[in-house]
Amino acid sequence: MAVVYKKSEALTDAPLTYCPGCTHGIIHKLVAETLVELGVFDRAIGVGPVGCSALCDFFFACDMFIAAHGRAPAVATGVKRAHPDKIVFTYQGDGDLASIGTAEVVHAAHRGEKITTIFVNNAIYGMTGGQMAPTTLVGQKATTAPEGRSEEHCGKPIRMAEMLATIEGAKFVERVTVNSPANVRKAKAAIKKAFECQIEGKGFAMVEVLSTCPTNWGYSPVEALRWLDENMVPYYPLGNYKNEL
Amino acid sequence: MAKKLMKGNEAIAAAAISAGATHFFGYPITPQSELIEYMARELPKAGGCFLQAESEVAASYMVYGAGGAGARVITSTSSPGLALKQEGLTYMISAGIPCVVVNISRGGPGLGNILPAQSDYFMCTRGGGNGDYYHPCFAPASVQECVDLVRHAFDVADKYRMPVLVLGDGMTGQMMEPCEIPPRQEVKADKPWAADGNHVARGEHNRINAMDLQADVLEAKNEDIQRRLKEIAETEVMYETVDVEDADIVFVAYGTSSRAVKNVLSKAKAEGLKMGLIRPISLWPFPTEAFDKIKKDCKAVIAVEQSCGQMVEDVRLAVLGRWPVEFYGRSGGNPIIPDDVLKMAKDILGGK
Repeated sequence: MAVVYKKSEALTDAPLTYCPGCTHGIIHKLVAETLVELGVFDRAIGVGPVGCSALCDFFFACDMFIAAHGRAPAVATGVKRAHPDKIVFTYQGDGDLASIGTAEVVHAAHRGEKITTIFVNNAIYGMTGGQMAPTTLVGQKATTAPEGRSEEHCGKPIRMAEMLATIEGAKFVERVTVNSPANVRKAKAAIKKAFECQIEGKGFAMVEVLSTCPTNWGYSPVEALRWLDENMVPYYPLGNYKNEL
Repeated sequence: MAKKLMKGNEAIAAAAISAGATHFFGYPITPQSELIEYMARELPKAGGCFLQAESEVAASYMVYGAGGAGARVITSTSSPGLALKQEGLTYMISAGIPCVVVNISRGGPGLGNILPAQSDYFMCTRGGGNGDYYHPCFAPASVQECVDLVRHAFDVADKYRMPVLVLGDGMTGQMMEPCEIPPRQEVKADKPWAADGNHVARGEHNRINAMDLQADVLEAKNEDIQRRLKEIAETEVMYETVDVEDADIVFVAYGTSSRAVKNVLSKAKAEGLKMGLIRPISLWPFPTEAFDKIKKDCKAVIAVEQSCGQMVEDVRLAVLGRWPVEFYGRSGGNPIIPDDVLKMAKDILGGK
């Protein structure tokens, strides 16, 4: 029988630990397929974060690190400087990259570090149980913002793609989402370009992927996809913010 | 081999390059500046990579990345910078990443000052991060010993897969003495555990992490760390003793303060007084066995430190009540005054 679809060889057989309706699984798949399609899986090294994807070293079949919270770009810098011929990526959430790890990602971009960052933004701390993130929308409820995020008290959510695109060393920055088949295809194209940016030695590349957290948002998987579309996309516009390929 | 007149900081850097270090990540801080500057200038000439990080925190994770990917890697800093690096150090202990960390310490707490002090003893030996561990830590007292111990530290780090500290102070880093730097060695260490991107050829992927959610898995990792630490405690102890067997007073001092105590010993000898010195070179593991050389009727063991009293706790544990333990210390970057130390010792002898 003809095989029309199979799991990427860049993923292991370990069962994913993500909640039903979470899009981490789709994003893992896109990264894995991209590594294989670009022919770099056999020289890829990944760096995972602290957060829901802190177990991604079990899922990606390449050599993997898990960094301390927010430090993945610094770890990836060390890896890339030790092995400039390898393809190094970080996989980070919004608490990790946009809060505790802002210094590391800004300076990795600033140095033009030849790494690829996959930034999964679901506007909340998932692993720790639904606390407010820097990316939580104004009015969005979280366990540490029980009345909803107040702009007066803690400001508006931070837009990392727009910010990083201003940095000279960042050569490719795009925001995508995976809440529909069409958007999944666009996300994969962006992830591919972000790895090509590294392969061509241009500099830092980041793809921000808007993602869902049905568990902590308190929605069904289908409702969560809709909530993302109606609330996150207007504040976090999809599209390319930098492309110097 | 010709001797060169070098600053301690530069000698440490030169020794690291000679030991085959390929990567240095650091952040500027006084009084270790010459070390990072020497690395910036000389490591690339040797084919290595020098990178100035955005912070000490980031530097320690660049070390985590490069070390975890199999490189021979070193970072250096001074006291408040080491405090920032402690997060990375506890991750490297957990993940089993070898590296060398140099602390050219200064006065504390807080930003303190840039003068020589020995108030980082706890932070350097106990492990200043979270979790169960100690740090192997070597304390040079001369520029030549800076060279020898930095080279040794790399081998200990590789053998036991953990960060190894070298602790000097502003004096160690700034003073100039003649020293010999051996020629650079190319190290081909076997690191089958490294996440170096050879998973396809290897047939499995390596994972470098510091998290184990299952109690039994984490306990097994902790037991492995403790097994390696126990082996270090049994085999990596280093110390120097001077006239200990016959001494009525035994001083215990390391690094810079041991040099002041050696002055005390000469003055005492000239006065016909019997005094000796135990100089721990490995601060952890602490050279407890050296204390067995002290005679039964020794009058006191005096810990001499440029701190308010940290190593003295290990001295008490090593002495185990066999002799009275006294403490002489200066802090804030003030030096040990040999005459004051001698007077303290003579007062103890006179009071018998």
